[in-house]
Amino acid sequence: MSGFFDLPSDLQHSWLGLIGLHLREALLPVLAGLLVSLPIAQLCVRFRWLYAPVLGLTTVLYAIPSLAFFVVLIDYTGQTELTVMIPLAVYSLVVLVPAIVDGVRSVPQETLAAATAMGFGPVRRYVQVQLPIAVPAIIAGLRVATVSSISLVSVGMLIGNQGALGNLLNDANIYHRPELAVNSVVTTAALAILADAALVLVRRLLTPWMPHGTRRRAPAEAADAAEAGPEPAVPALEDTVR
Amino acid sequence: MAESGQLLPDPKGVRRLIRIDTVTKRYPDGTVAVDRLSLEIPDRSITVLVGPSGCGKTTTLRMINRMVEPSEGSILLDGVDIREQPVNSLRRSMGYVIQNAGLFQHRTIVDNIATVPRLLGWSRSKSRARAMELMERVGLDSALAKRYPYQLSGGQQQRVGVARALAADPPVLLMDEPFSAVDPVVRKGLQDELLRIQDELGKTIVFVTHDIDEAIKLGTTVAVLRTGGRLAQYAPPAELLTAPADAFVEDFLGTDRGIRRLSFFGTEGLELKRAPIVTVDTTAEEVAARTDVDDDVPYLLVTDRDGRPLGWSEPAALAAGPVDVARLLPHGRPFRHGGESLRAALDCAVLSPTGWAVAVDGTGRAVGVVSQQAIGEAIRTAHAERTTGAAGDDGSTGGGALGDADAATGAEVAG
Ligand SMILES: Nc1ncnc2c1ncn2[C@@H]1O[C@H](COP(=O)(O)OP(=O)(O)OP(=O)(O)O)[C@@H](O)[C@H]1O
Ligand SMILES: [Mg+2]
Repeated sequence: MSGFFDLPSDLQHSWLGLIGLHLREALLPVLAGLLVSLPIAQLCVRFRWLYAPVLGLTTVLYAIPSLAFFVVLIDYTGQTELTVMIPLAVYSLVVLVPAIVDGVRSVPQETLAAATAMGFGPVRRYVQVQLPIAVPAIIAGLRVATVSSISLVSVGMLIGNQGALGNLLNDANIYHRPELAVNSVVTTAALAILADAALVLVRRLLTPWMPHGTRRRAPAEAADAAEAGPEPAVPALEDTVR
Repeated sequence: MAESGQLLPDPKGVRRLIRIDTVTKRYPDGTVAVDRLSLEIPDRSITVLVGPSGCGKTTTLRMINRMVEPSEGSILLDGVDIREQPVNSLRRSMGYVIQNAGLFQHRTIVDNIATVPRLLGWSRSKSRARAMELMERVGLDSALAKRYPYQLSGGQQQRVGVARALAADPPVLLMDEPFSAVDPVVRKGLQDELLRIQDELGKTIVFVTHDIDEAIKLGTTVAVLRTGGRLAQYAPPAELLTAPADAFVEDFLGTDRGIRRLSFFGTEGLELKRAPIVTVDTTAEEVAARTDVDDDVPYLLVTDRDGRPLGWSEPAALAAGPVDVARLLPHGRPFRHGGESLRAALDCAVLSPTGWAVAVDGTGRAVGVVSQQAIGEAIRTAHAERTTGAAGDDGSTGGGALGDADAATGAEVAG
């Protein structure tokens, strides 16, 4: 019979084509979610009272089943990818907003005071100091949002085969080919793992300033010793200094 | 004394003199952090704000660069209200150093230091070159330039903080407990470094600390604040130790202010005895001849042929034959005559096994010995001179009549 990668023609895509489609349907919503979260998070940092209601709202939105979203959206956006992606983008907010808010808030008070004292305006301070320092927290949020988005795309099969790799599940049923279901699950999982690994790599590249492991501590400690070394040799001149 | 209006700007026309004019800060919750404070901060000197926690030191400092706006009163920079220039340009003309340095953890050391030059629009290469220059000035190895802050020790980070504040050569430097998070040895190194840099650059420095010893060591003038943000005394350190304005200041200075005051008296006036000094190759006959000259010194100080002290010996032991260097009594730490204070001399005498302190010159050669008694007399004389000078305005603050060089600071006080 047909093989693991021989996909039924009703899907109108090769296996690789489905992967491309799946990634697009999963990642674009996360990107959109990030773009929306940034200003929302900034508002929440600026006006502390806003954070709790915003958090509540994103949680409520997250609790709405995707089917309910589809029912509402289908009147406006039809049986398209967009109908799948809008709920995914909304779901990503529940992780991204708190990740950014916590990341930005974790910037030490001294760092902020120093930036202000050196003449950074609020916008410049946000972009050049707070956001870069929040990068690790933001990427941690992105990892969760991305993985969950990749697995959620499959639901799209419910609205006319808009579920990319998820559509294989449907076809496995129709054509009695269980290997298609296995293909769907394994490929989706592999995509999630690879996307996660890619984000870890991005974080590494963006944050050379983060302490990692004990390996790099050694030179710093050697320098500590060098720093402390000459100090006691300074003769006891304190009395004469003034 | 210097008046803000009459003081000429320096040749480069740089504004330096800060005048805080009856400033009050009331926070929105009603806390009065600073209460009708008036201070005239002289240019090119270190003015220290000191006081217990919560007395408004940080608030005062932050009003100078407008991180906090006064509720009442005004602050003038060389006679011009600081609110008359854009806030960010004001801040860029004032270096700011804080506890734990507040470095940008996501930028390399060289980029941290280059921050303000970059903000001022200098080119990247010029900013970096300037940053490297400053690393050297504050005693940082240029190999650290490409490191990130987490790879530096606390003391090194603090040096980076100072370098960063100096990067754009601001005339004013604001420092908020910059050295309080490092251990005492590193702190002392940083303090000495600051004094050295100040000697070279002559900035107008406002320095906040809660450590009175640091205040006395660094300050040209010291403002003691009390809880509630009121000025208790504004005076040069020597005057503070001599004539504390009230019980609060006295208490804040601690119990050993008498001893610490000795730091401000020089040793050049001490009467040294040279007779008890003998070199190691002096013969027994010569020794016998010399002890006759000065028999109130129970010991002789033996030096090597270059005149460097080796140790104390009883005259009898020397008269008996050649000197056995190993059997000499240790001479303890000598003090530099003229270079160190009476406090150092007293310390040397107290620690010496014979009760006599050894005075050396700049090259370490013994120039004389002096007894505890003689030091005690010098202390009494010095105190007497100072107190007759200060007696007239006992209890008042500022305007002390001390003959101290530091007194010429235009201290101005408001209740
Ligand atoms: N933003 C603020 N809102 C309300 N009160 C404040 C604020 N900042 C400081 N205070 C209060 O003002 C007073 C002075 O604070 P400030 O930080 O100037 O003290 P400090 O002398 O620097 O103390 P420390 O030595 O502990 O740093 C304190 O009572 C403090 O609680
Ligand atoms: Mg403070």
